[in-house]
Amino acid sequence: MADVLSQIPYSVLEPGGDAATALYIVAFSLFIIGVKRGTHPTSAKQGNLIAAGGMVVAVVTTLLLDGIGNWGLIALGLGVGTAVGVIASIRVQMTEMPQMVALYNGVGGGAVALIAWSEIRHGISLGEEIPLDELIPVLFAAVVGSVSFWGSNIAFAKLQDLIPTRPLAVPGQQVINVVLLVGIVAACVSIAVNNDDPNQAIFIAILIAAGLLGNLVVLPIGGADMPVVISLLNAFTGLSAAAAGFALDNVALIVAGTLVGSSGTILTMEMATAMNRSVGNVLFAGFGGAPAGGAGGATEERPHVSIGAQDAAIKLAYADSVVIVPGYGLAVAQAQHAIKEVADELEKRGVTVNYAIHPVAGRMPGHMNVLLAEADVPYEQLREMEDINPEMPRTDVAVIVGANDVTNPAAKNDPDSPIAGMPIIEVSEAQQVIVIKRSLSPGFAGIDNDLFYEPNTSMLFADAKQAAADIAGEIGNL
Amino acid sequence: MSVMTEVTIFVLAAFVGFEVISKVPTTLHTPLMSQTNAIHGIVMLGGLIVVGYANDPLEYVIGTIAIAFGAINIVGGFMVTDRMLGMFSKKPKPKAAADSGDGAGGK
Repeated sequence: MADVLSQIPYSVLEPGGDAATALYIVAFSLFIIGVKRGTHPTSAKQGNLIAAGGMVVAVVTTLLLDGIGNWGLIALGLGVGTAVGVIASIRVQMTEMPQMVALYNGVGGGAVALIAWSEIRHGISLGEEIPLDELIPVLFAAVVGSVSFWGSNIAFAKLQDLIPTRPLAVPGQQVINVVLLVGIVAACVSIAVNNDDPNQAIFIAILIAAGLLGNLVVLPIGGADMPVVISLLNAFTGLSAAAAGFALDNVALIVAGTLVGSSGTILTMEMATAMNRSVGNVLFAGFGGAPAGGAGGATEERPHVSIGAQDAAIKLAYADSVVIVPGYGLAVAQAQHAIKEVADELEKRGVTVNYAIHPVAGRMPGHMNVLLAEADVPYEQLREMEDINPEMPRTDVAVIVGANDVTNPAAKNDPDSPIAGMPIIEVSEAQQVIVIKRSLSPGFAGIDNDLFYEPNTSMLFADAKQAAADIAGEIGNL
Repeated sequence: MSVMTEVTIFVLAAFVGFEVISKVPTTLHTPLMSQTNAIHGIVMLGGLIVVGYANDPLEYVIGTIAIAFGAINIVGGFMVTDRMLGMFSKKPKPKAAADSGDGAGGK
């Protein structure tokens, strides 16, 4: 089958020739336009389609290149990959979006590492000296691709709750990381100086060591910082794709990879800023590792007020203005529709309802907006943190649904808190606060929330969806 | 292409990437990350090229997995981004209070 196919002259474009290059220029122009449009709400969907169009041009151009062969394998890879991609994207729940992005990023990094391996085998089999301008990018692609693959998989596992989201630290972690990094660099140098006959075993060792490094770097990072990590790994994968482009002399790979690398870096910094964290801080200062222990022991003892759905319904129904603060707990419980019902009931009674969206509510910036839009919450009711905070003192009831860290007053009041300085939604300024939550347990950052023990706070211990449905029913009965 | 030509392209592309992303509303951070994530799936082109000169079973396997990984990255990435952005394209239902309610900034 493969033999027959390989005799058909599909290959019409010369690699690096004018026609192929022109088509690649079309492709990467479409990527740039697509990303540019992706930065504006009205044009983002169109931008994504434009970028996808660019990808079609790039793939078709490559398939037409002279020297492309083994069509059976290409068909197999494309078929399996496309099927998996389509099915996964259709099946994934909106709440699981962040880990899906992590997984897609991981396979991209994995592809880069495998291509680098294949390139080096090809170089060895030719038996000639591999020029350094090809070998160095290959080594870079191998290391960064492998780090990105394993790092992203760990990020996926953390977000999917396959492994604990809290920071997992091995003693002497930083030392191990440095040793690994130095070892990787030394091994790369040893391959580069022996570029007339590179040792494949050393190359495989580099792949493994880089994979180990990817694991060790991401494991100690707490779940709350995962969006920043995924975004950073995304930028890394882009850079490694660009490196593969250098090795293969492919201009489309260089431009697209670099574009992702640099725009991803900016995006990472914007995300980190939204959380008031620096990227270095995220990577090297395991979030919430130590402080969780301090308050942890006394948690259950501290006095708090617990109420039922009916009390909550009464507080809400007789308020003039209500602000709903949704968090990831709402997403997990799939409570967005039930909360919308509560809001509808309240609006019927003339209560003003707004939603306060923290920049990192959910598990990624913008994640909560997607979830609420899915439940048909009108866009104008979704208010950003800076916009809603000044209105908090005039708010009668703030309802917190499955949010925790983003409301923790310790960020403002306690300079020693690991989240000190993180911008929060200032719910404690509201007249009354109702927290719908399953327990008093700490949130994603692994730290206790003083808000729960404030005198104007009432705790409603329940599953978010059930509680919202009960409250909506009770308001209807009033 | 000479190395320095490639480096020139690299540096210019890096600046384009920096310039293109500026002041993105938080709402679009995740979809945009997802879209750029799909774009680096372009590395699949590398898989298509290397599988062409693969000539032993291990290289067949490596190349095919690389293509499959790249295809998952591309297809899944663009489709998931489209789904996310689709959530925003629904028109808010016209409401009686919509015109006055929007001006909630007024005290």
